[in-house]
Amino acid sequence: MQIYLPIAEVSVNAFLLLGLGGMVGVLSGMFGVGGGFLMTPLLFFIGIPPAVAVATEANQIVASSFSGVLAHLKRRTVDLKMGTVLLVGGLIGSAIGVQIFNALKAIGQVDLLVQLSYVVFLGIIGSLMFVESLNALRKSRAGRPVPTRKKHNWVHNLPFKMKFRTSGLYISVIPPALVGVLVGILAAIMGVGGGFVMVPAMIYLLGMPTKVVVGTSLFQIIFVTAFTTMLHATTNYTVDIVLAVLLLVGGVVGAQLGARLGARLKAEQLRILLAGMVLLVCGKLAVDLLIEPNELYSIGAAAGH
Amino acid sequence: MLRLAIITWLLALPAAAEEVVAGLSQTRISISTNFDGTEILIFGAVKREDPIEAEPPLQVIVAVEGPSRTVTVRRKERRLGIWVNTDSVEVDRAPTFYAVNTSAPWHDVITDTEDLRHNISAERAIRLVGANIEGVEDFSEALIRVRNDKSLYQRNIGAVNLVEQTLFDTAIRLPANLTEGDYKARFFLTRGGQVVDSHETVIAVQKVGLERFLYNLAHNQPFLYGLMSLAIAISAGWGASAAFRFLRS
Repeated sequence: MQIYLPIAEVSVNAFLLLGLGGMVGVLSGMFGVGGGFLMTPLLFFIGIPPAVAVATEANQIVASSFSGVLAHLKRRTVDLKMGTVLLVGGLIGSAIGVQIFNALKAIGQVDLLVQLSYVVFLGIIGSLMFVESLNALRKSRAGRPVPTRKKHNWVHNLPFKMKFRTSGLYISVIPPALVGVLVGILAAIMGVGGGFVMVPAMIYLLGMPTKVVVGTSLFQIIFVTAFTTMLHATTNYTVDIVLAVLLLVGGVVGAQLGARLGARLKAEQLRILLAGMVLLVCGKLAVDLLIEPNELYSIGAAAGH
Repeated sequence: MLRLAIITWLLALPAAAEEVVAGLSQTRISISTNFDGTEILIFGAVKREDPIEAEPPLQVIVAVEGPSRTVTVRRKERRLGIWVNTDSVEVDRAPTFYAVNTSAPWHDVITDTEDLRHNISAERAIRLVGANIEGVEDFSEALIRVRNDKSLYQRNIGAVNLVEQTLFDTAIRLPANLTEGDYKARFFLTRGGQVVDSHETVIAVQKVGLERFLYNLAHNQPFLYGLMSLAIAISAGWGASAAFRFLRS
């Protein structure tokens, strides 16, 4: 069934969009990533103009994250206090990120830098997670208990300590706020919610338990993407509500399934799957940069619109 | 029936030399939610006083042109092992849709001089001013090639049926991803590559119903539209969560 999208001005298959939304929704609920890093390239591929894809995707992530957070709230796996600290950092970060983005746009190489930062960040995060979770899995298979990260390091010597009961942490607010800022900057430049950077940062840098990480990440993503949606809607008029509805109908159902599926998997398995996916997307993007494209020319809207 | 009517009407009118008279199956195209492209049937006749000249043969060109936009064409080059956009050319005016149907091979229908004068081929319909890069033609050629692949630009050689040098008909397929605006349909009669007569008419392409409402809202009330999008997203998220809870209990 073909549907004409009023803002994107293209006609697409409605079932294809429902399917894509559902698939990305499952991942979102399972791993606590918004799914933007996966969905945005997919939307480009089916012919949605990039500006519309990025803006609409932000709106869709609001829906799937909200649905996911509700499922996690019920299981008490959202650290609201930690989420708020991350969010404050995140909003500051995205304000900085938008400035950087505009500066890059003025130089005219924003596409390349976005692609390169995808490859670099996905590559680093993916391989680190993959190796780490593989080791953890091997150890737990061998019967030895997985060592818990209760070691005291420099993070614990910083001032402004705060108790995060849900995460079982008593640490300074500086590291989570900094993580928030960093993720905010990346999110604004790469046009995604930033969950795929946030989740590993929370696990490895802050030492939060994996189960809490997913819900907390989703909580923060809702606000960041809502902010992005409003920004795009009011300045570029590129949010396509028909496209968003199709994607989010699939997305919210998928997120619910994903959250339940995630609860059945072991933490190490969850991380290894996420790592594999991150690496897959990274590989695809790297290949696109390295292999000679069939068509060397591309058509874009004129600058200054 | 319609054709017959046109001919009787034509015969009743006095005319000088050869003139083209044409009609379209639709002059208004509505883009609704389930719009999936459409086909316009174009038919016409040649009106003349004198007996038909045998040589050179009469030929017909039909060109349909969508609204123009400014676009940027970028070229990729290999730098440090990766493919990056390097040069770019801004094309001042490029039609969003362009189809040319002819009754015979291109060079039998029109000369390059006449093409230049009337801007008939897609190459001529694109306006490119002030680009100061070597090989600018590569960029306009690429623009046509990329849009050809998407059926946005078409050159249908021999697609016009011409009967007895008097009646002609053809069809142009408009793809689903049409841009809103006035589409210009032009008709040319040629003999020996020279344009004998031409005629122009307009096809209005418009969004209707929900499509129109959402488009206007997004542009006139962007803040409201943004809030509405968020409200829909939040309620859909909540709805799915509530539905699943209900299913579980």
